[in-house]
Amino acid sequence: MTPGAHNGELKIELGRRYRFAASHRLHNPGLTDGENYRLYGKCNNPYGHGHNYVLEISLSGKIDPATGMIANLADLDVFVSSEVLEPFDHKSLNEDVAAFRNAVPTTENLCIEIFRRLKPFPNAKLERVRIEETSNNSFEYAGDGPEGFEG
Amino acid sequence: MSSMVLLTRKIEFAASHLYNNPTFSPEENRRVFGKCNNPHGHGHNYTLEVTVAGEPDPETGMVLDLKDLKDILDREVMQRMDHRFLNYEVPELAGQIPTCENIARVIWRLLDPKIKQGKLHRVRLYETPDLFADCYRNGAGGAKSG
Repeated sequence: MTPGAHNGELKIELGRRYRFAASHRLHNPGLTDGENYRLYGKCNNPYGHGHNYVLEISLSGKIDPATGMIANLADLDVFVSSEVLEPFDHKSLNEDVAAFRNAVPTTENLCIEIFRRLKPFPNAKLERVRIEETSNNSFEYAGDGPEGFEG
Repeated sequence: MSSMVLLTRKIEFAASHLYNNPTFSPEENRRVFGKCNNPHGHGHNYTLEVTVAGEPDPETGMVLDLKDLKDILDREVMQRMDHRFLNYEVPELAGQIPTCENIARVIWRLLDPKIKQGKLHRVRLYETPDLFADCYRNGAGGAKSG
């Protein structure tokens, strides 16, 4: 846990939700077709399938007294759009995102990849990425080491 | 043995606001705050989630009586903020830009001393379903347990 010396006695986070639609196929080329089907079931369908993903990100930082903001939403939206929404929306995660050439595009791995892409946001600290693959399944990642959920 | 439980109550209020920093030029205000700088203001349906942490009382099975929490929220938040213009009618926000972050912090400071059973754990204020601010006590924050 980071020492939250941000806002006196309080820690404040800003949460923002985005949406994108993408297709994927869960398939591990190191396994046989039969093993892949047993492991991933219908998610292994060779032509893939898609989801309406909801991406929720949490940022922490000091509230700038001049603006009342942890981060300017316009800056944040531009950053998320160029790092995640444009490269992912209406794309095939397997075919169109380099990170998934060698990793299975489960939503766990998608969290880790999106966290990696958004971590450099310059104006606040990325605390957490949460993705709803469907309204029933969601996944969260907070980085590795002491800053992650284990820390 | 500790059996800490979190309890959350949700309320909604409607209020108007605008973002303007009097030390900025008009152009700078428009550049930084965009359409939130519209001089006549605009409004939102805010959703507030208040989470209290505590161990259930063995007599009542409750962390705190939800009715007491409802009364506190009504007095401290609804009566102050519902159907108000936040910039002009909420003295606790005077001199601050009424962003989600600042309103959440003001609400935390209003509620924290009033909650005597259990301990205020989180204030989450949604300005829209896609934009919210969370307020925690330092050291107990985030999704990580503290």
